[in-house]
Amino acid sequence: MLTITSIKNGIVIDHIHAGLGIRMFYQLGLDKADYSVALIMNAASTHMGRKDIIKIENNVDFDVTMLALIDPNVTVNVIEDEHIVRKVKPELPERVEDIIKCKNPRCITSVEKYIPQVFTLVNRELGQYRCQYCDEIYTVGKD
Amino acid sequence: MLKGRHLLDPTDFSPGELDEIFDFADQIIQSPAQFNHLCDSSILATLFYEPSTRTRFSFEAAMLRLGGNVVGFSEPTSSSVAKGESVADTIRTVACYADIIVMRHPKEGAPRIASQYSPVPVINAGDGGHLHPTQTLTDLLTIRSVKHQLTGLTIGCCGDLKFGRTVHSLIKAASRYPDNRFVLISPKELRVPDYVTADLATKGIAYQEVERLDDVIGNLDILYMTRVQKERFFNEDDYVRLKDVYVLNAEKMRLARQDMIVMHPLPRVGEISYDIDDDPRAYYFKQAKFGMFVRMALISKLLGVS
Repeated sequence: MLTITSIKNGIVIDHIHAGLGIRMFYQLGLDKADYSVALIMNAASTHMGRKDIIKIENNVDFDVTMLALIDPNVTVNVIEDEHIVRKVKPELPERVEDIIKCKNPRCITSVEKYIPQVFTLVNRELGQYRCQYCDEIYTVGKD
Repeated sequence: MLKGRHLLDPTDFSPGELDEIFDFADQIIQSPAQFNHLCDSSILATLFYEPSTRTRFSFEAAMLRLGGNVVGFSEPTSSSVAKGESVADTIRTVACYADIIVMRHPKEGAPRIASQYSPVPVINAGDGGHLHPTQTLTDLLTIRSVKHQLTGLTIGCCGDLKFGRTVHSLIKAASRYPDNRFVLISPKELRVPDYVTADLATKGIAYQEVERLDDVIGNLDILYMTRVQKERFFNEDDYVRLKDVYVLNAEKMRLARQDMIVMHPLPRVGEISYDIDDDPRAYYFKQAKFGMFVRMALISKLLGVS
């Protein structure tokens, strides 16, 4: 049995769809962290079967909406003195810049690298974003 | 007010603004000589990063018929682009010399980048398999002239709907007019991109996707044929397999209504048989002429000289 101690002050990102934790880990730059961080993959979950969890032993400040772009169903728990003091469900932002990469090989962003990758939300329910340049659809959690 | 605006997407202008362009195009068609000096001393730059015959000629002829001048390149190898210059830098330089810029580019969204760096109007003359808004102006002007309306039409689009930028643009623009419906005829591999059908679904516009032209041709007011474009395929085998899936011929035209019109952005390769060129319902060459007039109107409006 894998044991990871609870954290005293920091953040726990829970209910990450199994397999997406590592992407979130890198997106948050946690591979460069100089504080305690744990990425737990394929943890048993009553509701999800398997899930990923990220525990961060530090009061980091990051944009939680960005997490929704990887998995809109995550829960962000803010921990103080070993207690959850706040739960945040991130919402999809209206516009994102340089987080999603356009997968269309014919998009101008594939060759002109100085251009920011800009996507705008077109369907919140389906989690669909559209590339500002080529209209390619990016679906959160699928692409 | 259209002066100084860019045209990157067919929906950049409202239906009212499009009417303004079409009304002016109608005036030019009535008496073209009256507008011979409208753009005297103005310069149009044509930046064609991809081959084109009719679109480039049409723009150049339009500017020359308005009394203006044209500079530009018809292939990137003959410009600084071959040295690796970015779109942003090319545009910032060209905008120092020209009053209006027309750009065709194989990469989708390139004209939008251009517009972000240009102090003068940029017109998208086709970006990859994405959009071709001035072809759409041509198409809408043709439909308006023949059908006397842009509403309540059943528009069939047939052929390469995946990479067919003229189709994407036409659907996007025509879906803004009330009661139009779309019949999308293509093999599974060449269906319209998801964003096109997602738009139609969001707006609640009726459309159907089918594979057989014969089954639906009798229901159409407009049949918009397209070429399967070799240059859009990464795989030659796929192109060879799909290029002759649809051929419109006299036999198929017998199934169509007498008031249906056949349109095509041209060039055609094999998808429209020569035996229907004399059919009064074949409008593709008349459509090409409307293209020049509507571009004359567009240039004038964006330069603010009309």
